[in-house]
Amino acid sequence: MVDAEIRTGNENSAGLTRADYRGAPSTLCQGCGHNSISSQIVAACYELGLVPEKIVKFSGIGCSSKSPTYFLNRSFGFNALHGRMPSIALGGLFADITVKGLGVSGDGDTASIGMGQFKHLARRNMPMVYIVENNGVYGLTKGQFSATAEEGLLLKKQGINTYLPVDICLEALVTNASFVARGFAGDPKQLKNLIKAALSHDGLAVLDIISPCVTFHNKENSYHSYLWGKEHEVQLHDIEFVQARDEITIEDFEPGSSKEVSLHDGTVVLMKKLDKDYDPTNRYEALRILEEAERENTLITGLLFVDPNAKTLFDRYSLPDEPLNRLEPSKLRPSIDALEKINQSLFMK
Amino acid sequence: MTKTQNSSEQKLLKKQKIINDFCITFSTVNGSGSATANTTLMRTFFKMGIPVSGKNIFPSNIQGLPTWYTLRLSEKGYLARVEEDDIVVAMNPSTINKEIEYIVPGGVLFYPDDMKFANTRDDIVCYPMPIRKIIKESEVSPSLKDYISNMVYVGILAQMLGIPIDVIQEALRFHFKNKEKPVNLNMDVIGKSSEWAKENLKKSDPYYVEPMQGNEDWIMSDGNTAGALGSIFGGVQFTAWYPITPASSLAESLHEYIPELRTDLVTGKQTSVIVQAEDELAAIGMAIGAGWGGLRSMTSTSGPGLSLMTEFIGLAYYAEIPVVLWNVQRVGPSTGLPTRTAQGDITFVKFMGHGDTDNIMLFPGSVNECFEFGWKAFDIAERLQTPVVVMSDLDLGMNEWMTPKFIYPDQPIDRGKILWEEDLQKMLDKYQNEFGRYKDLDGDGITYRTLVGNLHPKAAYFTRGTGHDEYAKYTEDPKIWEESLMRIKRKFENGKKYLPKPLTKTNNSKSGIICVGSASFPVEEALDILFAENLSFDYMRIRTVPLHDEVIDFLQSHERIFIVELNRDGQLAQLLTLKAPDEAIKFRNITKVDGLPLTAKWIVNEIRKDEEKK
Repeated sequence: MVDAEIRTGNENSAGLTRADYRGAPSTLCQGCGHNSISSQIVAACYELGLVPEKIVKFSGIGCSSKSPTYFLNRSFGFNALHGRMPSIALGGLFADITVKGLGVSGDGDTASIGMGQFKHLARRNMPMVYIVENNGVYGLTKGQFSATAEEGLLLKKQGINTYLPVDICLEALVTNASFVARGFAGDPKQLKNLIKAALSHDGLAVLDIISPCVTFHNKENSYHSYLWGKEHEVQLHDIEFVQARDEITIEDFEPGSSKEVSLHDGTVVLMKKLDKDYDPTNRYEALRILEEAERENTLITGLLFVDPNAKTLFDRYSLPDEPLNRLEPSKLRPSIDALEKINQSLFMK
Repeated sequence: MTKTQNSSEQKLLKKQKIINDFCITFSTVNGSGSATANTTLMRTFFKMGIPVSGKNIFPSNIQGLPTWYTLRLSEKGYLARVEEDDIVVAMNPSTINKEIEYIVPGGVLFYPDDMKFANTRDDIVCYPMPIRKIIKESEVSPSLKDYISNMVYVGILAQMLGIPIDVIQEALRFHFKNKEKPVNLNMDVIGKSSEWAKENLKKSDPYYVEPMQGNEDWIMSDGNTAGALGSIFGGVQFTAWYPITPASSLAESLHEYIPELRTDLVTGKQTSVIVQAEDELAAIGMAIGAGWGGLRSMTSTSGPGLSLMTEFIGLAYYAEIPVVLWNVQRVGPSTGLPTRTAQGDITFVKFMGHGDTDNIMLFPGSVNECFEFGWKAFDIAERLQTPVVVMSDLDLGMNEWMTPKFIYPDQPIDRGKILWEEDLQKMLDKYQNEFGRYKDLDGDGITYRTLVGNLHPKAAYFTRGTGHDEYAKYTEDPKIWEESLMRIKRKFENGKKYLPKPLTKTNNSKSGIICVGSASFPVEEALDILFAENLSFDYMRIRTVPLHDEVIDFLQSHERIFIVELNRDGQLAQLLTLKAPDEAIKFRNITKVDGLPLTAKWIVNEIRKDEEKK
């Protein structure tokens, strides 16, 4: 398995070491959930052997959106406007469709100001990873409720939250996102596998990660805290990410107790049954399980839904193999004869 | 024959013929299908070699409200709006009483013979048109009746003005893309109507058309189509847009022409992408994302959309990302008059964005210049790595104009300072292994950029709207912040050489007239009228902001400067005042904002008023 190979040498399949995936030192708070997500992004990219120059990072505004500077130094990045990472990413990724888009947003950035762009990105099935580092609170502005904060939550400054929360996974599902998962910053093993699967998915991969804010919002009884998460997490399945089908061993695959989904690039997500059967290719099931988790007051995590064959935005265009941004000027300007034809067609006298 | 016609006959017979120099207004109801009839007539006059311009005055409505279409025929080639109508074709009973007042003495009214109205004029010629009867006699399906009705006035006008029927047929063939059936259907009604007029109406007005040679090698197009075509020949690779009047037809023209013009002949793939965004916030975001990624990218919009795009423009200005915006101006503030024209965004666009921002504006002054600035805008945006806003307007953008044919770009595509893997390696070798995205290596304020997909391990950088140093790293260092803003200012100052210079006509006068964009049509006509009255002016049409030194020279070398523009506050004058405050005492603001294009007559009157004060 991949992990074993890594332990035997420092270089991954791309000939790179873990250091090649690092970013600048984090300036977020000690213990911030976002930092552990950054670590898992580094680990996932390294273990997958992705070339950092072939990844482009995008973010909006907020604590979460600062984090792309803390991983993948050798990747291009764009820290956009609040809530508008999706539009920047969409335009930027058309420049070279051979690169992978990795977006990091927060609950304020996605579920409030950026809800429109988020949902339209899902509707278009823009091929990229969309991570939401979800902590239910505005950190950079020092502790206001976000749209994912639960009703009745008590915060120091604002008192009691009287509004109902937005569930980012539900929003993604009803807008036809082709990959929807929920992770927990306090569950790094599962998180890494979810990130790997998201990076391997051809389509929009929405990964809503509950990522506690240790400074403004980490009370033991609140949905976005470490303690509550650890006590209430229910894994949908035991998820394994396998880079090639032939690496699946007999022990991995127990008939009747596992589900597997082959992704576009030949990788396989293997999901071992835990308490109940779960079919992650059934959108209705995903909606139902989220409703159930809400009723049962649990933090359901895992791959909620995936459709590996959904048509992506790029599939809707007839794009050349050569990246658009590398096309020679001669390919961009039609000929003088073409203009003469246009002039003639405009009722030329 | 009506009584009016008899009484005015005597007076008119003494008059000379008026050939190829008059104005016809068609008043119709929005959605009644008059556009085909009106553009067919315009194309017919154009094909006869007569200089003609058409202006559509329409409501923000799909169907049911009054619409006017005015055709001006001008032997001397003037294309500006005029205030009076020589001929009115009144198809709308609810507005005829008003229109009748606008007809010049000796002018003509055509009206459906079953339309009831109070004729308050005995100094005009009135011709009834038996529209219902002619349509009844033609075999037109009920669903097409209303549309085809408009062809009756085309046929009657043909007979009364002397328009060759075969040229009308040519115009219809063009309109219906050579489809026999609709051409024949329309021609049948036109022929019958023309025959009817020949037998039943006696010509007692002075208006005639005759073929001439007034537009050899010219074409007919609107500014939005021209802007789209110019963009395609400028190599546009990415467009994101959101529908808004009066800009929508620009993006729609891209949709129309890109498959034909930008399909790679070898691979059969398209080299230009268009995305209809969910709103203007996303449209500009996508365009800026693509511009950052290294695509020639653009969006098109109008006032309200531009307001929404403002935050992103500030980001593109500070993060130095090339993008082209077409602003087809309409009347603001707020939703304003969405279907009327203005030059009201000049000050706004110049400073669009919070903090110290500054934006490049190009002002196309004609439809063929929309084409030219269409391709030039990308060269400027990529060379200077900043947003470029092309300031068109509804009049230029949506009306069909005759215009000199489009000229193929006379300069190669300029992608500016882009580094791919090998270029970057050369630079690293030269500058001690250092690449800084915002490092001013050439001293011109313009820095080098690498693009997404560049595989060199030192190519990547992190773009942000927050404070950054020469290496694109986050910083709040006061000195670095100030230096970077000053460098961007320097970039704009040095960058003027890439921008189109103002155009000047000199008469060695002490007085000057300045305008931008489509205001040049009435201004240039006004100059001729004033010249005939022995009032001579020097003239400058500014084509870009930031302003060239030539503009300052012009301000300094004249004693009085009339600045003519289509807005309330004299926005161009405001920018000139900021640039040359010492000269501002000489400025005379000639401004108007009533939603209609300016006229030479109004400009002449305003200037005369000032002359009288002298």
